[in-house]
This record gives sequence, structure tokens and C-alpha cells, in this order.
Amino acid sequence: MSDFVGEPATPRHEALRDPSATVSPWTRWTGGVPSSLDAMALELIDIKKHFGAVRANDGITLHVEAGTLHGLLGENGAGKSTLMKILSGFLKADAGTIRLDGTTLALGSPQAAIDAGIGMLHQDPLVFPPLTVLDNFLLGSPGRGLDRAAGAEELGEISSRLGFHFDPNAIVRTLTVGERQQLEITRLLWLGARLLIFDEPTTGISTSQRVELFATLRRLAADGLIVIFVSHKLEEIEELCDSVTVIRHGKVVGEVDMPVPTDRLVEMMFGEVVVEGDRPHVEMGSPALDIADVTITEGTTAIREWSLQTAAGEVIGLAGLEGSGQRTLLRALAGLVKVGSGRISVAGTDITTMSYRDRLRRGIHYLPAGRLEEGLVSGLTITEHLILAGERDAFFLDWDTATDHATDKIDGHQIKGRPESTAESLSGGNQQRLLLAMMPPTLELLLMEHPTRGLDIESAEYVWNRILARRSDGTTIVFASADLDELLRYSDRIVVFFSGEVFRVVPAAELDGDGLGYLIGGKERV
Amino acid sequence: MTTRQTRTRMGPTVVSLVAAGVVSIVLLVLVDAPPFEALGLLWDGAFGSADKTANTLLAWTPLVLAAAGLVITFASGLWNIGVEGQIIAGAIAATWVARVMPGPAGAVVPATIVAGIVGGAFWALLAGVLKTHGKVNEIFGGLGLDFLAAGLATYLVIGPWKRAGVASTSGTDLFREEAFLPSTTMFGAEFPLLAIVLALIGTIGVYYLLRGTRFGLELKAVGRNPESAFLLGIPTRAYLLGAFAVGGGLAGLGGTIQATGFHHKLVPAVSGGYGFLGILVVLLAALSARWVAPIALFFIMISTGSAQLDLRLDLDSAFGGVLQGIIVLFVLVGGAWAVWRTARARRRGS
Repeated sequence: MSDFVGEPATPRHEALRDPSATVSPWTRWTGGVPSSLDAMALELIDIKKHFGAVRANDGITLHVEAGTLHGLLGENGAGKSTLMKILSGFLKADAGTIRLDGTTLALGSPQAAIDAGIGMLHQDPLVFPPLTVLDNFLLGSPGRGLDRAAGAEELGEISSRLGFHFDPNAIVRTLTVGERQQLEITRLLWLGARLLIFDEPTTGISTSQRVELFATLRRLAADGLIVIFVSHKLEEIEELCDSVTVIRHGKVVGEVDMPVPTDRLVEMMFGEVVVEGDRPHVEMGSPALDIADVTITEGTTAIREWSLQTAAGEVIGLAGLEGSGQRTLLRALAGLVKVGSGRISVAGTDITTMSYRDRLRRGIHYLPAGRLEEGLVSGLTITEHLILAGERDAFFLDWDTATDHATDKIDGHQIKGRPESTAESLSGGNQQRLLLAMMPPTLELLLMEHPTRGLDIESAEYVWNRILARRSDGTTIVFASADLDELLRYSDRIVVFFSGEVFRVVPAAELDGDGLGYLIGGKERV
Repeated sequence: MTTRQTRTRMGPTVVSLVAAGVVSIVLLVLVDAPPFEALGLLWDGAFGSADKTANTLLAWTPLVLAAAGLVITFASGLWNIGVEGQIIAGAIAATWVARVMPGPAGAVVPATIVAGIVGGAFWALLAGVLKTHGKVNEIFGGLGLDFLAAGLATYLVIGPWKRAGVASTSGTDLFREEAFLPSTTMFGAEFPLLAIVLALIGTIGVYYLLRGTRFGLELKAVGRNPESAFLLGIPTRAYLLGAFAVGGGLAGLGGTIQATGFHHKLVPAVSGGYGFLGILVVLLAALSARWVAPIALFFIMISTGSAQLDLRLDLDSAFGGVLQGIIVLFVLVGGAWAVWRTARARRRGS
């Protein structure tokens, strides 16, 4: 096998075709392999990648030894996925070096990564559901010809060593997500992967499948492969990994060998959260939003028989990692997602089955996260947006009046733009100001998703001043945010989501950054 | 600022048009035709006499109407490929009224016009409902309905509405003269004044609908970003159906003119291909109603004038279509090139 050191790109299945091969090829790397292989390691050096002004990876350096299970921990948007996409050839880094076994790799495509022995298991396994197990297995195999009989044999051989059982002729659609993952793992190993990346692999699989997956991961690491496990779930990282790298804002903030106290992980993941200033005190009004025993299911979110009553003027913060159910709850309150059972009322009116447009008329306003995707219309001007948001009273448009009105709003909301500026020409902060300017003067319920995401401090302050000013009119405010500081500073109560469910509801005054970080990671601080 | 914007926007179009002209001339040379004589013949064939001019204008009106309708559907983000079928449906509806309605021209002509609009709108709404309620892409739905309308017209011509004693695809019996779309005698020729007025009302109406009404603005919002439009409280489904109805109604009006003003009967190929040609016109007009009328006139000039090429230079009259295709292709490529250049400039700038 010494040729394999010189040519790391040799696919393992070549060896498999050797009739004398009695051991699974990837297990050969341990034990009696040349000593140089013991040094097999992955090195990422100063990887940089930016998208526009966003530095997704800002000089990341990472070192992973073979035979270890390495965790990559970070919030959504921390830069984990970008880094792994670079490593698996889906994205090209702006700068930096990738070395595997001391060989510098130039990864321009997923195929190049596979050839170099790097395989990535995506969140949704990239399989073709209408095809059979064997077809999926053979897809992407090198060479022109397809030897189905040999392929079936090799599939059986590799999978049985891993303890997987497939019917090669089963249609993949009938497989569970866990089984699809197993198929993908088998395929990647067959293609010669020595480094396997698992991107949030526990999303959407059952507990028993998770146990099985973790056993497989341990086994792969024990057999001498490099296994990288990407997750934002503290518990899984603690349960599984030998070492962990934590990424925040595109930078490595810590690299530790496990186990370490959860406190350390939380602190690294979210940073020091300092809550400044006092919470503005507002007298709570009469009951406003009443959520009674509602069940909402959408995708992986399943909020079950959950209740919450708020007072007029109260601010409810929704915390949790992205996709934990906050957006679903906001959209259910807005009338965009159906409520399975239970009752929602606002100021005594039952709105459970009310349509989005009727709720809008009743003063329930939803401000989505995608300002330019779901809020504004590219190509239309500030004036046109304000017309669209205004009263539907006249059929013909009076452009002079509309332009004057827009000029007033631009002054009133300090928007840096002119009446004829198009939405996409505005900066993020000014887009958010425009969205605020488009809201009706009085509201019962204001629902917001990441109201200050991507904004500079001045704009963020401005946005919150505007929002909080509505409290005195009795507007209930519900907002989702990934910014712990923002959640702690502006909320009266915080609803913490974890894994698609409501995990806890806590008064903000009883929490600090660490405590909230624990809850978001699905743990109660002891 | 404004002039620079205009220049950058018109620049590629001008370059494209010049390039299309050069390629057309090269093409003419390659087929051994004297290029400038050929272009002269095109003009001559379209506007060489009062009669020819009147005919060109009569052919121009349905194209303008179909294109104006397409401006509405494009503004709403729809690829209304079904416009061809909507023209036919309008012609069929107008034919039905022309055949069954008694009375003087003063009553029958308006009735055929209304029927044509309703017929076109109905056919468009079929594609619309398939899209909004059946999740059938309007391109596929529209294309299917195009074939269905063409088949229906052929069936009517050789079946229930066949000429007494003869079943021929050459068309139904001529309508009563009271059902003819009236023309006006000017300069010794029959000018389709009413059709021209209808076409101008249609295209100017579309311009103001999109520019000066709340409905038009909301349609544009739906076309550019349905998600945002919905969250702004615009009933997007109803608006898409509205756009289909208006666009189809205008195409149906074009079909009426084809049946009652040009053929004076229903023929299977009553649409004259103006639906598909209309798509080219609108693409060339950068999806704006402002340029639809002149561009449509230019296209019709090529279409009607190219008959002369056949007669005088022994060029196949399909050459007109080739010219139209070259122009549209070059303008689209020019537009894509401009977009690419802007994007590159922005990348370098940042």
C-alpha cells in the first residue's frame, strides 16, 4: 500500500477489486500501515473567504489528526458551512492553504475533493430518490463503464463491514434519512474518502438513528479516518467529539480537547455578553396576545399544545439557533402558517383562522428577515413602496402628492435616499428604516424577524427606538433574534427554542448571556 | 446623471441594432442579393403606395394589441406564451357574434369587439387558473391552449361553420357586411382607421395603467417580487388573474380585427403568428409599452415588405422572419452584455 502514500488520490475501490483483499480497504490504514500514515492529518491554513462585505471565513487555521473525531462548533452564520464547503470543493477560498498528509491540495471542484479523498455528507444527503440503492451507489463512480455486478458486490462488502444492510434494488425514496446517510457514507468510502465531513447530520433523524450514526462515526475515526462533525448542538459535540474547534464571526475563537466544561464552550460560541443600561420600564397593559394550547408543525418544527399570554406593550424575544422554530411561530402569528389546533387571539378577537390580509388590516404586522426578499420590491422606488403600503383609496396615482409624502417620510425616518431611489440601492439600515416607515401608525401586534441583523450600531439603535416607541400605544412586540445582547436588552420575556420546540420561557431579568447561551444550546445551567 | 443613465441603457441597443444591420447586409450579400436594393424593396413593399400603407397598418394593429397585452403580463412576471391562442379565441368569439347577430353595423361591430375581448380574456384566464390553482407553469399551459385554440378554429371552419356544401380549410363564409370592421377611404385607399384607434387606445391605455394607476403599480410589485407583494397585502393570485384577463382581452381584440377587419371570415390561421411576433416586439421594447407601437410597425414593415423580395429578387419571403430574428437576437445579446458589463464594473468598484 505504499503507493497509496505517494498517490493519495488512488480510489480505494481499485484495491477492493483485488481478489486477495480480505480486509476492507479503509481499515488497512490502521495497524500494519507504513508509519508515515500515522502522521496523516488535515491542515487548513489561514483560509479566507468573503461574500461582498461579509467575511465568512477570516483567516481560519485548523489542524485535525487522523483517527480523531473533531467537532466544529459555532452559531448559524459563524462560518462553519463556508469552511466545509471550501474543504469539500464546493466553494473556492479567496486565500489560504489546504494540506492533507502534507500534500497541498488545489480543490477547484467537488470532484477534485473526492479525488483527494475528501467526502462531505450534506445536511440533506445528496441522493436521487427515484433511483435504486445501487444506482445511487454507482453514481459518480470514476471511469466510463458501469459494472453493476461488481458494484453490487462492493456495496455489500463495504456496507456489511460498517454494519449497514441495504437491498441494492430498493428505491431510495423508501429509505429513511438515516439509511440514506449510511448509503452516502458507504459510497464516499468506496470512492476513496479518507476524510469525512458531516454537516449537521442529526437534523431530521430519529434518536435511534442518531445512536447508530454516532457509533458509525466513532468506528470510522477508530479506523484511522479523519472525521469532522459540524454542529451547533452542545450536547452532541460533548457526547461525540475528541476535540473541538469553535468558530465565531468567521474566526477561530478556540480549539480545545474534550471534555471541557460546557461554560467554556458557551462562552466561546457566543462571546462575552454584556448587557448595558437599564431596561426601559413600561407599564404593562391589559392582556393582548393570547396563545392557547396551540400546536404548530412545519418542516422540522413541532410546537405542541403551547400557551403564552402577553400584556399590551410587552416585548417577547424569541431565542434559539436558526431554524429552531422561531420563524414558524412568527409566521403562524402572522397568518402565514396554519395552526394545527388551539386558539390565538389578539385583544380579545380570535384570529386563529384569520387570513394574513385580514390580520394585516387588524393591525398585525410582520417584518420578515429578508428585507429585500420578503419585505421590499427590487426595482421599485421609495415613493412606490410608500404608495403600496398606504391606503387603497384611489385608483389613479397622484405622483406629486406621493413624492411629497415620500419626502416627508424620508426626513421623518432619516432614510439616506431620495424618493426615486430604488429599494435595492439602499443600505441595509436604510431598507429597514423604509420598512418601518411603511408600517401603519397604530398596531396591535408587531412581529419581527432579526430586526437589526446586518445593521450598524446607529441604525440598530434607531430601529429599536422606533419599535419601543410603539409600546406606549399598547403594541405587543414579538421578535426573533440571534443576538443575545439584543434579546436580553429589549425583551421582557424570552422564549427559547431548541430543536423545533419551545424549550423554556424565562423573564429576561433572570438571565444573563451565559444562562441564555446554555438554554439555546439545549441545556439548563446547573 | 439622467443622460448618462439613458446613454448606458440605450448604448448597447444602438450597438446591437447596428450589428444586426451589418449581419443582415452580409447575409444578403451571401445570397447574392443587392443589399440596399433589398432594403429599399422592403420599404417599398410596406409603404410604396396608399394601398400598401393601409394594408401594413391593418396588419400592424393586431400586433400592437397583442404586444400591449404582453407588456401587462410581462410586468406581472408572467410568460404569456398563450397569447397566440388568445388571439384565436378572440377571433372565434367575434366570428360567432358576426354569424348569429342580426341588425345594423352600429350594433354588430361593437358586439364583435366586446366578444373578441371577452373570448381572449377567457382563454387567458384558463392559463391563469391553471397556474394559480393548478400550479401549471403558464408557459406550458399557454402553449397547450395555443394548440387547443388552433384546433378549435380548424374544427369550426371545417365542421359546424363550414361553407355551404364545401368543407375547406380556406375558411368560413364571408361575414355579412354589417359585421365588417369599418374602414375609412383616404388618399384613394381603405384605411383601417377604427382598428388604428383601437390599437392606440390599447397601447396608450396599457402605458397609463402601468404608470399611473395603483393597480399597475401593484401588478409590477407582484411581478418583481411575489413574496414581498403578498406580505404588503396585495392579493397576488387575483392580480395574476387580472393581468391574464387584461392581456388576453387585448390579444382577443387583435383577433377580432384579424377576423372582422382583415379576413372578413374565420380561417384556421387567423392569428397570423402575431402572438409569437408580439413576444419578440415586447422583448425588443424592453418590456415597456412606450416603444411597442413603433417597433411593431418596424416588424410589420419587414413582414409585409418581404413579399416584394420574393417577387423581385427571388428571395424566399421567409427572409423577413430571418431579419426579425437577427434583430431580436442581437438586442437580447446586447442587453445581456450590458448587464454583464455593469456587474463587472460593480465588482471592480467594490
